[in-house]
Amino acid sequence: MATSAFSTAASESLAETNFAARRRLGISGYVACFKGIVWREILRYLHQRERFLSALVRPLIWLFIFAAGFRQTLGVSIIPPYETYVLYEEFIAPGLIAMILLFNAMQSSLSMVYDRETGTMRTLLVSPFPRSFLLLSKLLGGVSVALLQAFAFLFVAYWWGIQPPPITEVKLFTFFDPPSWAGNVIPAMGDPIVYTLFSVPDFLQPALGYIAVVPAIVLGGLMLGALALFISSVIKQLENFAGVMNFVIFPMFFASSALYPLWRIREASPLLYEICRLNPFTYAVELVRFALYGQIDTISLAIVVACTVIFLGAAVFAYNPSKGLIARRGGPGGPA
Amino acid sequence: MTTTTADPKPASAETSRTPALVVDGVSHSFGDKKVLDNVSLTVEPGAFVMLLGLNGAGKSTLFSLITRLYDNVTGEIEICGYDVRRKPSQALQRLGVVFQSRTLDIDLTLTQNLKYHAALHGFSNREATERARLALELVGLADRGNEKVRALSGGQLRRVEIARSMMHRPDLLLLDEPTVGLDLGSREGVIKIVRDLVAREHLGVLWATHLMDEVLRTDQVIVLHKGVVLFSGGVPQLLSQTGTSSVREAFRAITGTKAPVEEAA
Repeated sequence: MATSAFSTAASESLAETNFAARRRLGISGYVACFKGIVWREILRYLHQRERFLSALVRPLIWLFIFAAGFRQTLGVSIIPPYETYVLYEEFIAPGLIAMILLFNAMQSSLSMVYDRETGTMRTLLVSPFPRSFLLLSKLLGGVSVALLQAFAFLFVAYWWGIQPPPITEVKLFTFFDPPSWAGNVIPAMGDPIVYTLFSVPDFLQPALGYIAVVPAIVLGGLMLGALALFISSVIKQLENFAGVMNFVIFPMFFASSALYPLWRIREASPLLYEICRLNPFTYAVELVRFALYGQIDTISLAIVVACTVIFLGAAVFAYNPSKGLIARRGGPGGPA
Repeated sequence: MTTTTADPKPASAETSRTPALVVDGVSHSFGDKKVLDNVSLTVEPGAFVMLLGLNGAGKSTLFSLITRLYDNVTGEIEICGYDVRRKPSQALQRLGVVFQSRTLDIDLTLTQNLKYHAALHGFSNREATERARLALELVGLADRGNEKVRALSGGQLRRVEIARSMMHRPDLLLLDEPTVGLDLGSREGVIKIVRDLVAREHLGVLWATHLMDEVLRTDQVIVLHKGVVLFSGGVPQLLSQTGTSSVREAFRAITGTKAPVEEAA
């Protein structure tokens, strides 16, 4: 190997600083790199106490104040996955988890734009590992932080009495309502198809919602993180978080099923209803919502996975040095 | 100038005689603006090469190309015989960089920062811990590993960044204006560490600066001006060619700049 051939060539100087020869980039190297990147994201998050608090307080304000106020004005009828009437608090809890994912993704996207200016991103990108691997690791680091935040929220919500019911069976839920502009091309489905996958042992039933929501959070977080990563490569410079709030977070959050059932929106405005259904965030919300009730929403799952692949591909493309957008635009810190 | 072939180098080419860095015929434009024009340079192992240029001369663009932030469209860039485009992993493994901007996490401790860098080069937790310890020893901050970076002075920050760039034992060290913003004492400290490293480790160093007083008579000098290499050679040659007695005067003579160079910052 070229690596070992080199270390002998320079061996006479090794004693001085005691840095042994460099490492080969085998599988253990990839694992170490991945762990290092994820761990740094978590450390950074834990060290920034304000960020930790604000990430927890934000959804709790929505839950304790907004939801309490809205409970009287907005009735939620029984729609899947709910089998009984639910409190409005219970209805928006999945939306608030998705909001945590959205904020976290956009915040790390913003920090990446900032990183690119200051050089932290460059430190990451001079690692000898493939760039797509580095970016994916960084994304998953962000998702780990989001997972921590989501469970901190679920923990507080639990004591507030907002908790998923015990789950006796894990089900596959499929329902697709073709958009109006699709005309008669896609036939409408009459009733949802619910397929029972397996029944849950007694001792697991109370905890199953919390277990099932983990993969939903990871997938949703990955999708939003990939979108944010792409945005970070396209946007040259963001002055502050306000821009992202106004142009990305608020539209995505409000034009979704996070705060109100989509049928309610349809009654108000059919156009807005279609917009909400084009919003990938809606499907992240629904994926989380169904997961908390032990159900896999196949349509949402498919859309979230497809969007993740597309956004991730776009982000990797944008950060690719030969094809990417960074080179064309003059790169970090501008030309020169 | 070293000639390069388009073929990937065989493994045997990686001997101590392979230049640490070869840049051959590299041009780069942003839109219509040509930032680098047919730039060629070589850094031999154990050589301390000063890349002199005013702000805007193209130094940072050249560094971005060498670190593969974006690709060189024309020409070749090789680190220890590995083309950065065709063999990026091998090339980047042999490269250490100190960027112009600060790149340490100020909220994390020195050790946490260094271990992160070691992980980026594939070192296990145990190896990373050991290397972080050695790196701090190298720059005389061994007892401060558990302090947050926030607590360090500008000069100490730079020393940590240099230690970090050495952790994976590179053969080529790039430093982009590493002394900008430091007071005189810290500047000397940073320069001394890097010069010691070159002497002991047989590293090739490319040091970009616009501060002419950092050049020693034994250094190689490359003058980059408006994207063009105007001079490449030793300091004595630079002085005799321009008929001047100091690097600063020689720089002005070659580039035709009249303003005092230091004020360009």
